[in-house]
Amino acid sequence: MSALAVVTAHSTIVLPHIRYLAILPEIVMLGGAVLLLGIASLVRRPLRVTVSTVGTIVIAGTSLGLALWQWADISSHGPYTAIDHAVVVDGFSVLITITVACAMILSALVGDGYLRREGVDGCEFHVLAMVSATGAMFMGEANDLIIVFLGLEIMSIALYVLAAMNHRRAASGEAALKYFVLGGFSSAVFIYGVALTYGATGTTNLTQIADFLSHNVIASNGVLLAGLSLLLVGFLFKVAAVPFHMWTPDVYQGAPSPVTGFMAAVAKAGGFAALLRVFVSSFGTLQSDWRPILYAVAVITLLFGAGVALVQRDVKRVLAYSSINHAGFVLLGVEAATAQGVSASLYYLFTYTFMTIGAFAVVTLLGRRGDGHHDIASYRGLAGRQPLLALAFAVLLLAQAGAPFTTGFLAKFQVVDASVNAGSVPLAVIAMVSAAIAAFFYLRIGLIMYTPVAGKGFLPGIEPLDDDEANAGPSGESETDGTGDAAPAELSAGNGQRPVWSGTEGAVVVRTQLNAELLLDTAPGEVQVLDPSEDIVEADAVDDETAAESAAEDTAKVPVPALAALAIGLCVAVTVVFGVIPAPLIDFAHKATLLFIP
Amino acid sequence: MSIPGDWYLILASALFALGAFGLLVRRNVLVMFMCIELMLNAANLTFVTFSRMLGDIGGQALVFFVLVVAAAEVVVGLGIVVAIFRRRSSATADDLHILKG
Repeated sequence: MSALAVVTAHSTIVLPHIRYLAILPEIVMLGGAVLLLGIASLVRRPLRVTVSTVGTIVIAGTSLGLALWQWADISSHGPYTAIDHAVVVDGFSVLITITVACAMILSALVGDGYLRREGVDGCEFHVLAMVSATGAMFMGEANDLIIVFLGLEIMSIALYVLAAMNHRRAASGEAALKYFVLGGFSSAVFIYGVALTYGATGTTNLTQIADFLSHNVIASNGVLLAGLSLLLVGFLFKVAAVPFHMWTPDVYQGAPSPVTGFMAAVAKAGGFAALLRVFVSSFGTLQSDWRPILYAVAVITLLFGAGVALVQRDVKRVLAYSSINHAGFVLLGVEAATAQGVSASLYYLFTYTFMTIGAFAVVTLLGRRGDGHHDIASYRGLAGRQPLLALAFAVLLLAQAGAPFTTGFLAKFQVVDASVNAGSVPLAVIAMVSAAIAAFFYLRIGLIMYTPVAGKGFLPGIEPLDDDEANAGPSGESETDGTGDAAPAELSAGNGQRPVWSGTEGAVVVRTQLNAELLLDTAPGEVQVLDPSEDIVEADAVDDETAAESAAEDTAKVPVPALAALAIGLCVAVTVVFGVIPAPLIDFAHKATLLFIP
Repeated sequence: MSIPGDWYLILASALFALGAFGLLVRRNVLVMFMCIELMLNAANLTFVTFSRMLGDIGGQALVFFVLVVAAAEVVVGLGIVVAIFRRRSSATADDLHILKG
């Protein structure tokens, strides 16, 4: 008895002090999600969409407020690590938390209209999105590889289900399964990388890894380098960089549009946050090993994303490839591996969140009931039908292309500047070239939106008005065989038949065609009168009757719910206001990097 | 009897490679899930081996996290499979052809 007393007296178990304030935004987000789910399962009927939307906005807003409070706290008292150094609260993590909370609020606003339109009751969308957001926040806050892994999985598993949410569409389930299999593969690769890193350094804590690497020179570091490259593969999968991008277009296209916007913003923010922290701070001493890899990945990501987007005809796929291109730009900042690079990447992630969620909000609205009208041809004449929506979409696309006076320009400028200062001038040049290529497909969507439907008449009707038109048609047919004549026919008819463009020749033809039609638009005297019966005959000649019906449906206005309009308005406002007055946001990202605990 | 730790590491890497190869080659979705599990468990074996070699209990604790995550992943994965293949006879990845990658 006394022996037991002696043993128990001497072997007290010291538990790490848990500072709940450090993880309060995550606790609120996750707790709120569980609470919402609990309420939904207690009431008899499925929870009404209004209730879950309001609940989500309150929860995410509280989380955002707590993150801002954390910002004020670390600004005055300095950054700190908590919970046995497993999480870190610094400017970097707080900025990611703020980004993710903003993305959650905006997605809740967009999702509200979508759920009503599709007639989906219940709170699953909001609950899963909040759980996913919690995972992304943890990825930003993690100071231990196992916390990174847990954050990655919490985020990803919820995203798999979200992608499958629209069970009426077969494509949704297919997208989810593809995402799941490839995501599971990347997670397994990642955790094996963690295991090898653990074996080589004896710890999974990022600070301790950095200490270990700075104090020890490892003679043969094969295990460490293998672990490092596997970690890199896991991250690059999540952020959709090029050799590991295969899932992106399919998942972006198949998933419900609000989910796609959320996924694009949150998965990128979380993935890049962890990538930056693990590589720039922990493996900083191994820069000479991983920078060349990232250099190569950035080059192919930039060029592939921009190049393949040119030949897409589905707007969601265009945006998917554009998101690959954006990942390449953020990689520029990571590759620089300097404080400036980190700051530029953070700025890019924050502003990209607003650009991409806004763009997918417009795509959600234009997808109409069933979320299926994403063909680029159905965007024709949008400016005539709904000028404000078209303007918002154009602004968001121009921002993504990097037009001046938007945050997109500043973001691209900063990462390129950081890359040049880090000595990677060729990479910076390639990035700018890819931005020029990317500008073409953003402008193409813009031009199609601002091409009036009246121009949807046919080549015979246009020929007498403009000589360019007559020249463009035959030259296109002679230059490219088969594909060449499909493109002009489609663009002039604009009724659902798919353009197949091969290479630059087709693109040139398209541009002349569009210019011709714009010229046509500027001649107000020549008003074209469309004969509806002729229209249908033309459609029959090109496609079948369903095409004519969908063309007729495409010209109808889409309803714009107030909350979705609010979300789009917020995104455009942030993109433009901080583009015109850049100082606050740049200072924010800069200060977040200064408060970075390496 | 003592077994060199390297052998465990080699076994783990072989299991990992087997899982990765199987995932890329096999077409049945359930077998693909099993391959993912094999890869995760290869990582677990590596964790435990290194934990014993380093004399650090932390690595063994990590295994529990990985096990829980693997279980959660399979639950979601099987849910998705059931949702997709409810109306089909076989669970083959080749049946998924709406989206062209």
